Amino acid sequence: MTSAPDSIAQLSTVTHEYGEVSALDDVSVKIPAGCMAGLIGPDGVGKSTLLALISGVRTIQAGRVHALSGDMRDKAHRRNCFNRIAYMPQGLGKNLYPTLSIYENLDFFARLFGQDAKERHRRIGELLQATGLAPFPDRPAGKLSGGMKQKLGLCCALIHDPDLLVLDEPTTGVDPLSRRQFWQLIDRIRARRPHMSVVVATAYMDEAEGFDWLAAMDDGKIIATGSPAELKSQTSADTLEAAFIALLPEQKRSGHQQINVPPRTGEDGQFAIQASGLTKRFGNFTAVDHVSFDIERGEIFGFLGSNGCGKTTTMKMLTGLLPASEGEARLFNKKLNARDMQTRRRVGYMSQSFSLYGELTVLQNLELHAHLFHLPKHQRNDRITDLLQRFDLHDVLDHKPDSLPLGVKQRLQLAVAIIHQPEVLILDEPTSGVDPIARDDFWLLLIELSRNEGVTIFISTHFMNEAARCDRISLMHAGKVLAVGAPQDLADARHAGSLDEAFVAYLQDAIADDNTDTADNPIVAEPADTAAGARHNASVFSVRRMWAYASREAKELLRDPIRLAFALLGPMILMVTFGYGISFDVEELPYAVYDQDRSHESRQFLENFSSSRYFIERPPVTQPSGVETRLKSGELKFAIEIPSGFGKNMLKGGQPEVGVWLDGAMPFRAETARGYIQGVTAQYIADMSTRQTGHSVSVSPVSIETRFRYNQAFKSTNAITPGVIMLLCILIPAMMTAVGIVREKEMGSITNLYSTPVTRMEFLLGKQLPYIAIAYASFISLCVLVILVFAVPIKGSLAALAVGALFYVWATTGFGMLVSSFVNSQIAAIFATAILAMIPTMNFSGFMTPVSTLGGGAKIMGALFPAPYFQQVSVGSFTKGLSFADLWPNHLSLIGFALAFFFTATFFLRKQDV
Amino acid sequence: MLRRLGNIFRLGVKELRSVLADPVLAILLVWTFTFAIYEVAQNAKMEISNASVAIVDEDRSKLSRRIQDAFLPPYFKPAVEIPGTDIDQSMDTGKFIFVIEIPPDFEADLLSSRTPEIQVNIDATAMSVAGTGASYIQTIITRETLDFMNARGSALNPPLNVVVRASFNPNLNSTWFMAVMQIVNNVTVLAMILTGAALIREREHGTIEHLLVMPVTSAEIMISKVWANGLVIVVAAALSLTFVVQGLLQVPIAGSKLLFIAGAAIYLFSITSLGILLATMTSSMPQFGLLAIPVFVVMELLSGGTTPMESMPAWLQTIMQASPSTHYVSFSQAVLYRGAWIDIVWPQMVTMAVIGCVFFAVALIRFRRTIVSFS
Repeated sequence: MTSAPDSIAQLSTVTHEYGEVSALDDVSVKIPAGCMAGLIGPDGVGKSTLLALISGVRTIQAGRVHALSGDMRDKAHRRNCFNRIAYMPQGLGKNLYPTLSIYENLDFFARLFGQDAKERHRRIGELLQATGLAPFPDRPAGKLSGGMKQKLGLCCALIHDPDLLVLDEPTTGVDPLSRRQFWQLIDRIRARRPHMSVVVATAYMDEAEGFDWLAAMDDGKIIATGSPAELKSQTSADTLEAAFIALLPEQKRSGHQQINVPPRTGEDGQFAIQASGLTKRFGNFTAVDHVSFDIERGEIFGFLGSNGCGKTTTMKMLTGLLPASEGEARLFNKKLNARDMQTRRRVGYMSQSFSLYGELTVLQNLELHAHLFHLPKHQRNDRITDLLQRFDLHDVLDHKPDSLPLGVKQRLQLAVAIIHQPEVLILDEPTSGVDPIARDDFWLLLIELSRNEGVTIFISTHFMNEAARCDRISLMHAGKVLAVGAPQDLADARHAGSLDEAFVAYLQDAIADDNTDTADNPIVAEPADTAAGARHNASVFSVRRMWAYASREAKELLRDPIRLAFALLGPMILMVTFGYGISFDVEELPYAVYDQDRSHESRQFLENFSSSRYFIERPPVTQPSGVETRLKSGELKFAIEIPSGFGKNMLKGGQPEVGVWLDGAMPFRAETARGYIQGVTAQYIADMSTRQTGHSVSVSPVSIETRFRYNQAFKSTNAITPGVIMLLCILIPAMMTAVGIVREKEMGSITNLYSTPVTRMEFLLGKQLPYIAIAYASFISLCVLVILVFAVPIKGSLAALAVGALFYVWATTGFGMLVSSFVNSQIAAIFATAILAMIPTMNFSGFMTPVSTLGGGAKIMGALFPAPYFQQVSVGSFTKGLSFADLWPNHLSLIGFALAFFFTATFFLRKQDV
Repeated sequence: MLRRLGNIFRLGVKELRSVLADPVLAILLVWTFTFAIYEVAQNAKMEISNASVAIVDEDRSKLSRRIQDAFLPPYFKPAVEIPGTDIDQSMDTGKFIFVIEIPPDFEADLLSSRTPEIQVNIDATAMSVAGTGASYIQTIITRETLDFMNARGSALNPPLNVVVRASFNPNLNSTWFMAVMQIVNNVTVLAMILTGAALIREREHGTIEHLLVMPVTSAEIMISKVWANGLVIVVAAALSLTFVVQGLLQVPIAGSKLLFIAGAAIYLFSITSLGILLATMTSSMPQFGLLAIPVFVVMELLSGGTTPMESMPAWLQTIMQASPSTHYVSFSQAVLYRGAWIDIVWPQMVTMAVIGCVFFAVALIRFRRTIVSFS
């Protein structure tokens, strides 16, 4: 078996680090070709990194990696390899698209490998048949069970007939039956394609028993290689698990002991937890379906089942976190009441993922919880000291949990969960991803709590050897409890040699009942024309691959009503509010008069104000302090003060002075008001002269004619609404694309960029196209709104506007892609886009203040952004009546921005993970 | 009761630790309260400042040159002389906002009392400066001609003198206005995003669930978030007001800073509650981002802090009364510029508190229900 002459991959002195953490430490290994090769070891020892380096999805830091007889540092070789290597990343369906159906997912991958429609259809049909997924091609990937997701993931990996199949923990979190089916499937595929090499990482030692060749890893190093039999004989161990522990370095093994669970004593038949008919529905999906069990005081009760079968939901209902849709949960013989603080003090809960505060130190976390449980002051320190001692946390007192290994974090979580000495502990998969030794240590603590302190423990797990240590277990599948009983009794009941087999037998019964999954379909004979066409797609730019991304992104967008609503309705609503709300038309300014003269002349003068449509008169001011008080409160925007003797003085030609007090708090309004006041005064003087002299006299020796060009009525709407189009066509599209790439990074589907022939340009452009389309649709809807609702006509060239808008949304979506290409989290993308786009667009684009008045840094900031150019186009073609001939330089600038953003994003985006 | 206060205090301290432990947030806080405020206040002016003027001088007289020279910084850029044929093109491209045309024989006509006509072309798409600029230019031209004629002893005297003085901001310097309004705006954005994102982060990390199985109530968790995040922002705003606005930008503050901070605290209660409320309505960070942005953009642009409240249609003014930002803007303007004391601004303070209570109550109802079902 291992006698294959050449190796499929070879590493020499490879070292890989993530910041301070070393993942691979000077690793050299040859992985044999044409067989099932496995990497075994717990989480975090470097298995995934090693696989990613072999597949070419991660950049090599130091050392040499050869795969498929070529150097993986060589770009040309990597490009060739995309068609020959298939990589399935860790995590259930991590590189699948949850809203796309099974068929659409496969179709997407097939397109990435350049297959034409006929070939795609044939291959997909074949793979679906082989994996038993054929009956439900239209089911969205997100709604599949863990096992089915992994089968689909496998189909996607096999769509291009790879020579090397790399599987990273493909069965973690999958139920035993699905696991078994998965491996059978691999076996059948290998029988069909004997030349294909498979490299698998796994944490399940029982699976690894069946592999041809193994490399055991610990702490970034390979500690042993050989066939399972060789490893076992080398350590003279019966099982691979025992062999692995024996292979570990001395200090890790020290203190490790075989776990023995002492029998329970002092049973009193009292129940700590009771569930009867417990049901939870989310919409029309039933997550937990009439689950019933009783857990006795002091019992260790195990909960087994695959990911997504309802274990966590059941546990959350028992803690009161989730209200049950039906049925009843009882704690300590009392109906569970989520608001009962007394019950909460008697229960400790440890959720599936690490849920303590990463930003607090170990000690601070313990203290916080001690305080929140109101431990009396004198007990608090003793309890914390005791726990630090018992859980061996003394050395990491001042460390933040994020920097600690998983096993230590889990100990800390358990310490926190029991800080208040609860009578019941609910632990949701506390040992997932923890190495075997740390898991055993953890169990020693649990056994002590149960047997010495009488704590009832309700624990869920994937590991059968852990399940075997429980007093009783319950097997769960698809929301239902299949069986409850002592582990040995369950195994005996099914006449099974092991608990694992018993579970599989129960699952098979359950599946036969509801008949939702089919398996073991005969393999269709392999057609002769293997991989026709698929091998010749190393082209630099392929429209088909770009289209694969474009149509996929479009489908996802169309199926997300929230985002769609934000993209289309959001801008229209904002347009209406801004169109009406942002106005520079100052009218109806409230003012009051402090008339100390009360003469005919003063009244005549004031009449000019009260009759103006710009002003609204409020009750007069009657005392000297009134002016200031009422201006201060904001009730008045200005006040007119006429001194006593005004009338007489004026008639004498004494040029009396009238004082006007403006509220200068808002300078723009004050300036405008000042202009109005001067205008009214000039009118008054002119009228007076006319009355006195009989013919019209102007105070000014010149006549100044002001022409408000482009917007004769001088209405804000005419100038503001085209600007709002500019504003909305940048903020929303940029925000939508900004989360685009970074979301793929967070969800894991970015792997498909790393592991398939798609190029960065195809990826970026493909992802951008649907957003350009939707942003353009939004632009059209905004134009219609502006023309119909706000009655602002397009006076200039419609074509110039339409073309300009296309270039503009191309640039703005490109801006979002650019931000997305270099940030690492969605929240950073949102922040960065909001701040980087908002400040220059609102302030420096000519929307609020004209560009020609800007100076210094603001002018440069504005000019380096597409907004002011489209502002010219939008205002130009709407209000100024301009045409292409006047506006073309702006169009050129916009294309320039679109291209610059695109190429910069291409530069920042990595084709390999770092 | 004492226990509850203890919980609120402990959880708040925890919250403070997480805010201060996140370098990105810390940098963002510093950036928005220093550079962002300074740059916008200095450069985005709503007054006549640096306005671009061109003159088509067909008279070429002493007076026409005198007018040309009268456009002075900081209000205007030096007037550029252009040929009459360039008017359309230079205004179309937005190169000049104002173009003044002085006709031939302008000075001669004036001296022979024939009231010559000067044309002022204004780009009326530049809404913020077109109107005020027009009246500035009128004043300048009138003043220059009058002075010119006075020098020759041939001017008329107006029968009365209207002296317009601006209270609170005598030079109508918009930096004063923008600086303070930027603080108000940034307080809104940061408080909303900080509190909402803190809740979503706790939800995504599962820590909120952990709290909910302990003897801690939802109200305690929410109050602790409100006080801790509010405190961070009040301190940042107070520092920014003192060092950036008063110090760097030299803006005088008329009223009591203490009163302003008290009002800011009430406002932050309402905004942080709104942040929590928005977080309970979304299931993920990107959705929260998409929801928060339109909310704060509207709250910012229509609060009366950007364009005058009175210019909005009545129905919109009514709607905006529900936004605490509207009351906070009018509160801040009254206190900071006009030196108003509590006897004048108490109605705004009470309104903000009431709106805050409504947000808080709705968020509390949704809190427990949504926290778990979304995770």
